[in-house]
Amino acid sequence: MAEALRLEGVRKAFGSLEVLRGIDLALAEHEVACLIGASGSGKSTLLRCVNLLEPIDAGRIFLSGQEITAPGVDVNRVRRRVGIVFQAFNLFPHMSVLANVTLAPRKVLGLPKAQAEAEAVALLDRFGLADKRDEFPDRLSGGQQQRAAIVRALAMRPDILLLDEVTSALDPELVGEVLDVIRELAASGMTMLIATHEMGFAREIARRVFFLEKGVILEEGPPELMFSSPRQERTRQFLERIIRAGRL
Amino acid sequence: MAVASTLVFAFLVVVGITRSPGYGELERYFFDWERYGDSFPEIADAFLLNVKIFSIAEAVILVSALGLAVLRSLPGPVFFPLRALAILYADFFRGVPTILVILMLGSGMPALQVAWVPKDQVFWAIVSLVLVYTAYVSEVYRAGIESVHPSQDAAARSLGLTRWQSLRYVVIPQAVRRVVPPLLNDFIGLQKDTALVSVLGVVEALRQSQINEAASFNGTYYLVAATLFVALTIPLARLTDWLIARDRRRRQAAGVAA
Repeated sequence: MAEALRLEGVRKAFGSLEVLRGIDLALAEHEVACLIGASGSGKSTLLRCVNLLEPIDAGRIFLSGQEITAPGVDVNRVRRRVGIVFQAFNLFPHMSVLANVTLAPRKVLGLPKAQAEAEAVALLDRFGLADKRDEFPDRLSGGQQQRAAIVRALAMRPDILLLDEVTSALDPELVGEVLDVIRELAASGMTMLIATHEMGFAREIARRVFFLEKGVILEEGPPELMFSSPRQERTRQFLERIIRAGRL
Repeated sequence: MAVASTLVFAFLVVVGITRSPGYGELERYFFDWERYGDSFPEIADAFLLNVKIFSIAEAVILVSALGLAVLRSLPGPVFFPLRALAILYADFFRGVPTILVILMLGSGMPALQVAWVPKDQVFWAIVSLVLVYTAYVSEVYRAGIESVHPSQDAAARSLGLTRWQSLRYVVIPQAVRRVVPPLLNDFIGLQKDTALVSVLGVVEALRQSQINEAASFNGTYYLVAATLFVALTIPLARLTDWLIARDRRRRQAAGVAA
């Protein structure tokens, strides 16, 4: 299978705080992988680096074989191909759902308004938000907002979708509808890198799981193997805490 | 209770003033209702110049102040000279008294006798007010821009929007909505400051009142000018309230209306 994403020795520090300390990771096209690990282990930073929202200090990142961290690369062009969805949704509160979804296709890709809206409506319909197109974000439930945010990222037809703890800010009864969206995307072949605390979901959806600890990938493997017989002591401790919290 | 105490308080103030020894003279000086009625059209006519001055100035300031605020919010070392210039500008024009700027530009520039430099004092009065108020209003805009959470910009940039597109479509629209009340507050200040143009001898409402007062030694004309200024700021204050309420309504009723 062709390679969608590869990170080589990626390092990132904020001041004296080293958040990523040499990350190597590769993702095949249509692959779904999950990043797990405690808060502060570097999951969000890793995803933000792939989207180039954070410049990396060392290492290289490749998208479909092309290096996107090389000097002179147009970050705006890269970001068109890398969708990211945030924990806090970050919808634009002054725009309707439809305007949220069509903004980037119109302004970045230059699609005519009618075409952008037709595509947006089709996506909103696919994810059960057709009747919410004219609503403003603060009129939607958290689950609806997050689904709208996913649709907004999808509207750019990205090659890869990065999901940063997209259910962590949701009420428990709203988590399911967002996970359903991700399941559907996985089934449709979307390449996804998912940072999550939903271990049950990770086990179900991911082909591979990466356990992040203090800025390095401590362990990786198929979820059924890692969750039942982790090789590293730290992974085992982390999973034990998760099980005690009732999340697996 | 609130009504009763207010009435008692107002009564005491009115009695206190009208019973004071010099009140008779004060009343004749300021409250000559015949002069008030007679001079109203003339001063109102002069007031149109105030309206013209602040209307033009406000339209320009809305744009120029936003431009200055954007300059100041440009990130990175590359833009340091522009940021420094913007800061220098804001510091200078917030520091110099408005009346001095009006005097210097209004009397200085026409005196240059350069063919392409306008000699119209009203023009330079408008320029002065624009220069001073751009400095103030840009601070209001800047506060608004900085109040928009960085995650909004991140969301926009993550979709491939350029820094400028993110500002234009995501950050500034939210910033402007938030600063409408303080913005209009500055404009109320500007409307009043158009009276400062009188130092140039330009016959606007205050200057016209001064002329009338000098000819009659009666201050009722100032009361006329005051009435006109107040009459104009009240609608602006109500407009501010209405804009805020409309924005809130729109968000809450969205979907129903559309």
